[in-house]
Amino acid sequence: MKHYKKMIQPYVVWAALLIVIPLILIALYAFTEEGNEVLTLSFTWKNFAKFLESTYVNVVVKSFWLGIITTFLCLLLGYPLAFIISRFPEKTQATLILLVTIPEWINMLLRTYAWMNILADNGIINQLLDLLGMRPVNMMYTDFSVILGLVCNFMPFMIIPIHTSLSKMDKSLIEAAYDLGATPFQTFRKVIWKLSIPGVLNGIMMVFLLSVSTFVIPKLLGGGQYMLIGNLIESQFISVGDWNFGSAISLILAVIILIFMSLMKRMDKQEE
Amino acid sequence: MSNKLIELKDLTKNFDDQQVLRGINLDIYENEFLTLLGPSGCGKTTTLRIIAGFEEPSSGEVLFNGIEISKLPPYKREINTVFQKYALFPHLNVADNIAFGLNLKKVDKSVIAQKVERMLKMVGLEGFEKRDVTLLSGGQQQRVAIARALVNEPKVLLLDEPLGALDAKIRKQMQFELKKIQQEVGITFIYVTHDQEEALTMSDTVVVMNNGEIQQIGSPIDIYNEPENRFVANFIGESNIIEGVMVKDFLVEFDGFRFECVDKGFEEMEEIEVVLRPEDLDIVAPEDAKLTGVVQNTTFKGVHYEILVKTDLRIYKVQTTDYAEPGRKVGLSFEPEDVHVMYKMGAY
Repeated sequence: MKHYKKMIQPYVVWAALLIVIPLILIALYAFTEEGNEVLTLSFTWKNFAKFLESTYVNVVVKSFWLGIITTFLCLLLGYPLAFIISRFPEKTQATLILLVTIPEWINMLLRTYAWMNILADNGIINQLLDLLGMRPVNMMYTDFSVILGLVCNFMPFMIIPIHTSLSKMDKSLIEAAYDLGATPFQTFRKVIWKLSIPGVLNGIMMVFLLSVSTFVIPKLLGGGQYMLIGNLIESQFISVGDWNFGSAISLILAVIILIFMSLMKRMDKQEE
Repeated sequence: MSNKLIELKDLTKNFDDQQVLRGINLDIYENEFLTLLGPSGCGKTTTLRIIAGFEEPSSGEVLFNGIEISKLPPYKREINTVFQKYALFPHLNVADNIAFGLNLKKVDKSVIAQKVERMLKMVGLEGFEKRDVTLLSGGQQQRVAIARALVNEPKVLLLDEPLGALDAKIRKQMQFELKKIQQEVGITFIYVTHDQEEALTMSDTVVVMNNGEIQQIGSPIDIYNEPENRFVANFIGESNIIEGVMVKDFLVEFDGFRFECVDKGFEEMEEIEVVLRPEDLDIVAPEDAKLTGVVQNTTFKGVHYEILVKTDLRIYKVQTTDYAEPGRKVGLSFEPEDVHVMYKMGAY
């Protein structure tokens, strides 16, 4: 055992350099005044106070709202797919899961640009509508386009954990439920759904975290005016140059996510 | 025995190109403990799954109280199953597992609690209501599975090798308890096993199956003493099987001699096979013997010795409490009722 314990040391150094120290720096920035001289530290709550302005609160609300909708849609669409896949013979299941993950092999930017081409005012869909003699529809730079992009991108993160929990379920439990008088619907509600909840919670956690903190997809599909937390942080660092405020938002987001995750963990434990 | 409860009529089942059941005809009666016995792949589990409703037969009928049910889904049948690996719901505690069926029927909560308690008492798990099923031992899980099935008061309980995963000692005890429970609740048990001892110990009727066909149906004593063919004789207990000819009623010829027997109803000079059970053979002095040979090997087996005696034509296996040293010339003796004449098997 001791021998193996030594092998963890490089990882500890790695984590310290690339995770812990940057986090400390972010915290430091968040609690200090503007100006990048580290030597003249003057602590302040100003950055957090600024965050309470209604513009910023609205951004947070919108981000969480979009995150919740995206997660809900992923669950609604992903669960049936995961369920259907889990009914196939094992070999077919492996192939189908591979198919689910294939889009993830292509760079997310490229996929998002593809959506732009499909949804644009003179994009594929509108050209088709035009051919059919119908009026063009404006889809780009709306909630619809952003949610569509988010759902398509993060769907696999919902499907895979749910599929895992469904496929490892003992099939004789389903037969036992039928045997004891449960209709297919009751069997789903009382046995299959209950036993897949750990996978569902994992999926929700993954998709929600990803969609709350994303910034590329809303930027491309939502346009420059579309502000989510991720875009706000990005703009503070890149265009506005207010690293202190950007750090404060990052910290707030991290804390909210931590609270969310511990809530999910507790739900998971209760289910068990 | 009382009324016919289940009738299987010319049941066949194909999986892809493979025929696993080749025409099963079987009547199952109320209150009967019936065992489907056979080697793995003989079709016994498929037969059980058809009765439960998990499989549809390729052809043939399943009658329940005279009504055809082969297309009825399992949740509409008055039949419950105890699964091989118990299949208890891991997210429910012991009481909720047992109450699963009653909860679906919207039975009153206080009635459910009462019934669950009574079931737990019957299977010897009083006070286990709130336990986590995943933390129970194999034997305890099996008892919960039995209680979960019986609490629904089915007309028939199906048991698919329920003791297969238990160790030998608990298995013996559970055999006894299962039989007791069956007598207590007074319903039909259909039991699937590949263990002949289990089948003989518990059953009223044993159905020996092989290759998707029924080989013999009978009481444990009939099956053991009067096996109908070589397969049954070999599968149930140990046997010396000898080809011979039925000269006429009560007279059989094998190994070059004619012997008295108690069998009749064969055609004259019909080719048959004879079973001599090792425990029915006695070692005697050569001059008093029906057959003579030389002791080839003697093995101590605890209760008895197993002695292999080589005659001119074959080797007989004898189980006796007498000792005979290898190399000695001995005689073999048996009574007319120990000679079991069976039909000769064509295809096997």
